[in-house]
Amino acid sequence: MEQPTKKKVKAPLSIEQKIKRRNLISFGVFFTFGGGAVAGWRWLLHSPEETAGITGGSKQPLRRALNKTELFFRNFFSNNHLVKTYDKERAAKTVRINSLIGIEDDKDFDEKNWKLEVRTGATDSLHIGIEEIKSLPKTEIVFDFKCVEGWDQIQHWGGVKLSDFLSHFKLDKLSEKNYMGLETPNGEYYVGLERESVLHPQTILAYEMNGEQITNDHGAPLRLIIPVKYGIKNLKRIGLMSFSDQRPKDYWAEQGYDYYSGL
Amino acid sequence: MKEIKEKHAFLMRWTHWVNFPALAIMIWSGMFIYWANDAYGISIFGITYIKFFPEWFYNYFHIPQRLAEGMAYHFLFMWFFFINGLVYIVYTIVSGAWRELIPQKNTFKEAWLVLLHDLHIKKTIPPQKKYNAAQRIAYTAIILMGFGSIITGLAIYKPVQFYWLCWLCGGYHFARIIHFALTIGYVFFFVIHILQVALAGWNNFRSVVSGFEVIENKEKVKEEKLSEHGTAD
Repeated sequence: MEQPTKKKVKAPLSIEQKIKRRNLISFGVFFTFGGGAVAGWRWLLHSPEETAGITGGSKQPLRRALNKTELFFRNFFSNNHLVKTYDKERAAKTVRINSLIGIEDDKDFDEKNWKLEVRTGATDSLHIGIEEIKSLPKTEIVFDFKCVEGWDQIQHWGGVKLSDFLSHFKLDKLSEKNYMGLETPNGEYYVGLERESVLHPQTILAYEMNGEQITNDHGAPLRLIIPVKYGIKNLKRIGLMSFSDQRPKDYWAEQGYDYYSGL
Repeated sequence: MKEIKEKHAFLMRWTHWVNFPALAIMIWSGMFIYWANDAYGISIFGITYIKFFPEWFYNYFHIPQRLAEGMAYHFLFMWFFFINGLVYIVYTIVSGAWRELIPQKNTFKEAWLVLLHDLHIKKTIPPQKKYNAAQRIAYTAIILMGFGSIITGLAIYKPVQFYWLCWLCGGYHFARIIHFALTIGYVFFFVIHILQVALAGWNNFRSVVSGFEVIENKEKVKEEKLSEHGTAD
């Protein structure tokens, strides 16, 4: 303990004093940060809910975190990253029906009157019949369908690749917009999808399940199968397709779920 | 005479105490996620012995129907858990502290003796440095477990973008099972850890906050001898 003696020479601290001092500092810091952490946690627990809009049902800071985390993980997205596919034999014969939102309350639905409406402008729309869609090259996929709840099932779907559909109907320009919105004919269920996932080579508009026509409960006549997303985005019975640069409304994002929900 | 003996570096203490609440929140929010498809249990020949989790458990912790909330918390606090763990690992490697931590040739044999000692079956304990053999195994294992949680977590979280991680974990199902089992492992670790800390006493506990232990000088002489022994082999 050699110190240049300027003023008064301080007596070196005794061991006891040193111990006392370091205890005081370290526990002071410990409890200050500990208290800060508890305060921070309480702040988060009691933070206000986001204003209901395109997303809803989550606390403001948590929603911000979900959105930021989405941006981070979208950096890893690539059309070369394909969902694992299986042999047809492995596909489930009884395909799970988890929810009928948008379908069950549509008693008047008649498949014969169904046409897919594609909104191409403020007032313009395309109306496309199912036969026209079925005449396009067919793509089949057997993959592990994943639900946000945690279950999964290997399923076999057939239909037209969404990117093929878009280019066939000359919608390339529109599909350059950031998002696609899909809705059931009665508008009860709706999803928003960002461009990359829409154009992913394994994303299809499906009209077949296990080699046969899709049944009503699975979204006849045409539904979305998007393996790079959780099941909540795989909208059944598409009625309306639209494009926008802003996020379209999304049924489960309004109820606290991540808007992206990508896999 | 008393003496101050430095024990835990600042970063080691910092990451330890940040990890505790971060991991607690990860387990808590993970429960909300698991609840939505609580498929796991232990069955032998069709008889279920343990179901994860029984009804009273969910009721007690108010877990039902909070999947969206659980995911939101889980995917925020995963960042704290990950970054904190990364800081610890980088620090341990750069500082050379890993030498005191990872198991050595004779560690597994010695750990048995430590266990016998801790259970009051044996009176003596093998000579040790900062960590005894059992601690070396436990504290290395817990880091590997944390690493495993990150890897399996990513594999479940983005099974398409990180398809190779998913493959590495033995597929989506197996990754989810490992992720779950590791969490159960943390709870066991926590229980034993708390017990050991309580038994080890104040001086030991304080060292994880303040960084030092207070020792009697006599012991110091003895300890130096012991550590010479320790390095001899």
